Amino acid sequence: MKKIRVLIAKPGLDGHDRGAKVVARALRDAGMEVIYTGIQKTPEDIVEAAIQEDVDAVGLSILSGAHMTLFPRVTKLLRKRGMGDVLVVGGGIIPPKDALELKKAGVAEVFGPGTPLNTIVDFIEKNVGKKPDVAG
Amino acid sequence: MSLVEGLRNGDKRAVAKLISLIEDGDAAATAAIREIYSMTGKAHVVGVSGPPGTGKSTLIFRLAQEFRKRGKKVGIIAVDPTSPISGGALLGDRVRMGDLASDEGVFIRSMGTRGRLGGVSAATSDAINVLDAYGSDIIFVETAGAGQTDVEVSDLVHTTVVVVMPGVGDEVQALKAGLFEVAHIFVVNKADLGDADRVASDLSIMLELGEQGDWTPPVLTAVALRGEAEKEVADFLEEHLTHLRESGRMEEKKRRRAEKELMIAISESVLERSLALSSGRSFMSFVDEVLEKRMSPREAAIRLLEESHSGD
Repeated sequence: MKKIRVLIAKPGLDGHDRGAKVVARALRDAGMEVIYTGIQKTPEDIVEAAIQEDVDAVGLSILSGAHMTLFPRVTKLLRKRGMGDVLVVGGGIIPPKDALELKKAGVAEVFGPGTPLNTIVDFIEKNVGKKPDVAG
Repeated sequence: MSLVEGLRNGDKRAVAKLISLIEDGDAAATAAIREIYSMTGKAHVVGVSGPPGTGKSTLIFRLAQEFRKRGKKVGIIAVDPTSPISGGALLGDRVRMGDLASDEGVFIRSMGTRGRLGGVSAATSDAINVLDAYGSDIIFVETAGAGQTDVEVSDLVHTTVVVVMPGVGDEVQALKAGLFEVAHIFVVNKADLGDADRVASDLSIMLELGEQGDWTPPVLTAVALRGEAEKEVADFLEEHLTHLRESGRMEEKKRRRAEKELMIAISESVLERSLALSSGRSFMSFVDEVLEKRMSPREAAIRLLEESHSGD
């Protein structure tokens, strides 16, 4: 039986991973296989891990404010490596106008503080495997 | 390009997709494994086992760095437990493995146990085959945190490393049967916590009491986090491989592995069959028979299997 595999990753320098861990746990309890990378990963590390783990989705968590640089770098690298069909979602302290920009850059959804865990679980369940693999 | 061709060309995506097919029990995996099976048997396969939290992932991280320095291509299969309740898993071994992910010569794959006991999953054996055919020189198989009876990994690998730490029991623990009997190398990790020397001497005494084979497992103390142990452990891993080859034990090991692989394959197909039976119509009527004490579970099972065979 096919299980949903999700990479939860923290790009950049901030070390606050409580949120990432809580989301990882919720996805685990929803029956998914969650691979957690740990903190302070480069976009290259994250994409390489996504390839080796053959994940259906990547969840990026960031609280340092560097999301406008790091998230698009991850989506771009994924497309470059032929992994454009992987669902990318983000979470953290991200202003709404930035979220709009990130969506244009290939981040499927952005979840801010206080998002109910069920919302995240449902979104991933409904949207994995639906993205076309567009080369870029 | 097919996944097998991709694997031959060194494409990591193809390797990863093949392992997923194996894990999901996809029929395409059976055909792919048949194609690559003749390319396997070259890698040194090392099992790393021990209780949860003793530092297995950290030790493997350090060993992988060391073998990269020695010019080897490294494969890592890291197994963590699958929840028996949700079927999900939190696979966290990568957290300890730093920036290995971006090293061209390293492939790391995390796996859930997916219902199998013993510290490895049913797919682990074939995942080893994939990483072997991919050209890994050394493959580390990290078990889920293991208990005393979790010896299954030892049949799948050439060399078994057991990692323990201070503070988890007296010398009676070292005398018990199971995991400690299958170790080729002991690492007493987190030696900075104190009392490591006593744990090491308990293990040494345990080994002296046993039958003296042609390989006496070394007992090493280490602080894997600080990177103080990997050279010594790596040297012993190479020494053990040489020993297996020169003593003719390698042939025995290969036979054991083949037996184990066949047994896993049989039990998986039996399991699939029984799951299919349990969703069938007559299963529930047999449950009623057992519930009403008209039949013993064993008797019901035999009848159910007979019925399903006659239906073939």
